[in-house]
Amino acid sequence: MPAYIGKRLLAAIPVILGLSIIVFLVMKLIPGDPAQALLGSYATPDNVARINRALGLDRSWPEQYVIWIGNLLQGDFGRSYILNRPVLDEVLERFGATLILAGASLVICSVLGILAGIVSAVRQFGWTDRIVTFFVLIGISMPAFFLGLVFILFFAVQWKMLPASGMYAVYGGGDLPDLLRHLILPAATLAIVATGVVARLTRAAMLEVLRQDFIRTARAKGLSENTVIYRHAFRAALVSIIPVLGIQAGFVLGGAVYIETVFQWPGLGQMLVKAVSTRDLLLVQGGVLIAATVYVLVNLLADVAQAMLDPRLKA
Amino acid sequence: MTNMAATTPPPARKRRSNWQLLMANRLAAAGLFLFGFIVIVALLAPVLPLPNPDITDQPNRLLPPFSAGHLFGTDHLGRDILSRLIWGTQVSLLVGISATALAALFGSLIGLVAGYARGATDSVLMRFVDMLMAFPYILLAIAIVAALGPGLLNALYAIAIVNIPFFARNIRGVTVSIRNREFVDAARLSGKGHAAVLFTEVLPNVLPVIVITMSTTVGWMILETAGLSFLGLGAQPPTSDLGSMLGQARAQLFTAPHASIVPGIMIFILVMSINLLGDGIRDVLDPRLRSGALDRPMPVTRIARKTRPAPTLPDAPALVVENLSTGFDTGDAITPAIRDVSFRLGKGECLGLIGESGSGKSVTALSLMGLVASPPGVITDGAVYIEGKDVLSLREQELIGLRGARVAYVFQDPLTTLHPLFTVGEQIAEAILAHDPIGRQAAHSRAVALMETVGIRDAASRASAYPHELSGGQRQRIGIAMALANDPDIIIADEPTTALDVTVQARILELLQQLRRERGLALLLITHDFGVVAQVCDRVAVMKNGEIVEQGDTRAILRDPQHDYTKRLIACVPELGEGHGFLDRVRPLFAEARP
Repeated sequence: MPAYIGKRLLAAIPVILGLSIIVFLVMKLIPGDPAQALLGSYATPDNVARINRALGLDRSWPEQYVIWIGNLLQGDFGRSYILNRPVLDEVLERFGATLILAGASLVICSVLGILAGIVSAVRQFGWTDRIVTFFVLIGISMPAFFLGLVFILFFAVQWKMLPASGMYAVYGGGDLPDLLRHLILPAATLAIVATGVVARLTRAAMLEVLRQDFIRTARAKGLSENTVIYRHAFRAALVSIIPVLGIQAGFVLGGAVYIETVFQWPGLGQMLVKAVSTRDLLLVQGGVLIAATVYVLVNLLADVAQAMLDPRLKA
Repeated sequence: MTNMAATTPPPARKRRSNWQLLMANRLAAAGLFLFGFIVIVALLAPVLPLPNPDITDQPNRLLPPFSAGHLFGTDHLGRDILSRLIWGTQVSLLVGISATALAALFGSLIGLVAGYARGATDSVLMRFVDMLMAFPYILLAIAIVAALGPGLLNALYAIAIVNIPFFARNIRGVTVSIRNREFVDAARLSGKGHAAVLFTEVLPNVLPVIVITMSTTVGWMILETAGLSFLGLGAQPPTSDLGSMLGQARAQLFTAPHASIVPGIMIFILVMSINLLGDGIRDVLDPRLRSGALDRPMPVTRIARKTRPAPTLPDAPALVVENLSTGFDTGDAITPAIRDVSFRLGKGECLGLIGESGSGKSVTALSLMGLVASPPGVITDGAVYIEGKDVLSLREQELIGLRGARVAYVFQDPLTTLHPLFTVGEQIAEAILAHDPIGRQAAHSRAVALMETVGIRDAASRASAYPHELSGGQRQRIGIAMALANDPDIIIADEPTTALDVTVQARILELLQQLRRERGLALLLITHDFGVVAQVCDRVAVMKNGEIVEQGDTRAILRDPQHDYTKRLIACVPELGEGHGFLDRVRPLFAEARP
């Protein structure tokens, strides 16, 4: 197993390098001359040349990339000129909040999605299946940013059950129960689409597995239907469900952008939206790169979990 | 091969056109009509009697729904929400569909070229696509909008770019699978250039996949562009789509919730109609879903017998099968697979059930314990008496209790019939524990003992191996050990040696023979090989087209076969050193049989 993990880690390095190249290239899409933009009315040809030299913009793209990645590796992601603080500090501070939100959603969507998927596969074409299918359809068609607003209207404004925004109460909050109370609505909203997707794929995976010869063998052994479904079929289906959960990690990390804006959750997504509006590009660059790196690592974890479940994959 | 017969019923229904199939799916039809209605209304926006969506009217701001002249009320600037909704829907549709078209165009192009060219081009293109996919979905779009600047067109590009990988991957997969098909080779040999082959031969065959991918992603893309607009990164005033309507109304959420709810529900309905339609299209174009191959099989085959036989049979041998008929439900009718099958099997006896593929041997074997996949399988008539009691009259739990305990199965291909994720020791122990709760430890040692019985050397350590780590012969021995787990009276071996090498075959048959002698087992051996029957069976029943055409003492039948089909089957066993003579001998027997 350690050898397998090591191999996967090595394979992740080029992927992360690739991510950095794409982020670098995207930033090169920016129309106009950055020095010109920076200098505004002071943009004499002389000044532009000086700024370009100072920022390293007079070098070739590959050179610029190498310098940039070298800085990143030393933890220098540049400074946010709007917030006037190092990008890395801001990103890491925000990322904690996003991880709490996205993590909670991932747990919700995995548990609920898998349960709903199994039940609807087992009761295929029955009422439970129809109800699950109906909710799945609503889930995957629902704009999360709208659902968040509806939740706020009902749970926070109408029934005053849960706080409408933020991560902690302004006065007297700050402990775990307070955090959980604030977490429920945004995490549930963020999980809704992913739950639908997981339920749908779990249902399909279960139905696929239930057709396999080894399920017939399990039945021929005289195992109870519960053992056949929850031990034999689910175990085999889980192998194809786990990568889907890995992908959902990406969806909740990205979807957090909407949810954090709707619920004023002080996370990375909210920061990114603000940074895009103020065109704080280094902050966008750093935030996206770090979130993407974490996503790659989560998928690596999913790969390892899959290999632990399926001995055939370890080779 | 026998499995095929058991799981896929003959497609007897006449094919309906794709359109008819789509309309037969009520949800998809509802989606289509809803979507069509939305599209038509959105397109008619310029001619509908609507107030100008951009005219502000401060005195009449935030009017509630159903106000005079404003069905859905007005927004924070006093603009008519209904009018803005219809115009906004037009923008959202246009943007979503354009993004889908762009993603489909570039994604499919990448997929086609990569899949067709293979080699370095393929690796470079697909590595690039993998990189795009390595981003958390919406974050890359945000980065692109950040670089290009907020705006509807830029949001459209961003969403299109992040969706390219879905198309590229799907289309590449299909392209790879057809690039070496005969018709593509033929086109190449006829002198067509690569581009011509790609676009005139490959593309038409890839088109369904492109359509499926488009229909399943367009709703998503509308949702995502609306999302970017909601965040203020897409449509900029005065242009507005559904997302930006919602985003602007958010500030008045508490005072005028309708201004948010109306566009929100519109996005939801639009996306849902597309998803319903998209699922319908996918179901129509995906042949697997059409055949019902993904129905969940029930624990016991459906039993719908025309007549109810006596529940018990006095003085019966170990197994009596009477007038057993099983068919496959094709929706309109039940296509029979076996008809009126009757035979008897005593303790310590071996009955061979022989016939060609599709003759109904496996369906017979599986019917005995209700193991025919159902749907579509249905037992339509007959009785199966185990020790004089009809198992098909038993309650489901009682029947399951007999499986593996009194009647055990050995299946054909042990690689697919053993669970790939459990060790073989676990699987044998599980069979024991299902009927005899003696505890894990005890079950494990009994499993190891059973493995030794069936001749697996070093059983204690092999018990922790997974099926894929064993050879075919060893796997079949595990299958037999599993069948022996509860000391059954009857073993049904369904082509137990077909997937094995000839030398291994002989040893497995020898093992079955030895076990039968030692334990007094009744053995029902299903095979297509008269050589095997001659070697091990006391009696033989010959099956053809779902019926038993001849049965009796093996030696008598070998000496004097009555039925033509039996003669042919016997003739098909080659003798060692016979050489060309074999074909000359067999050919005339089949000459008149050929249509």
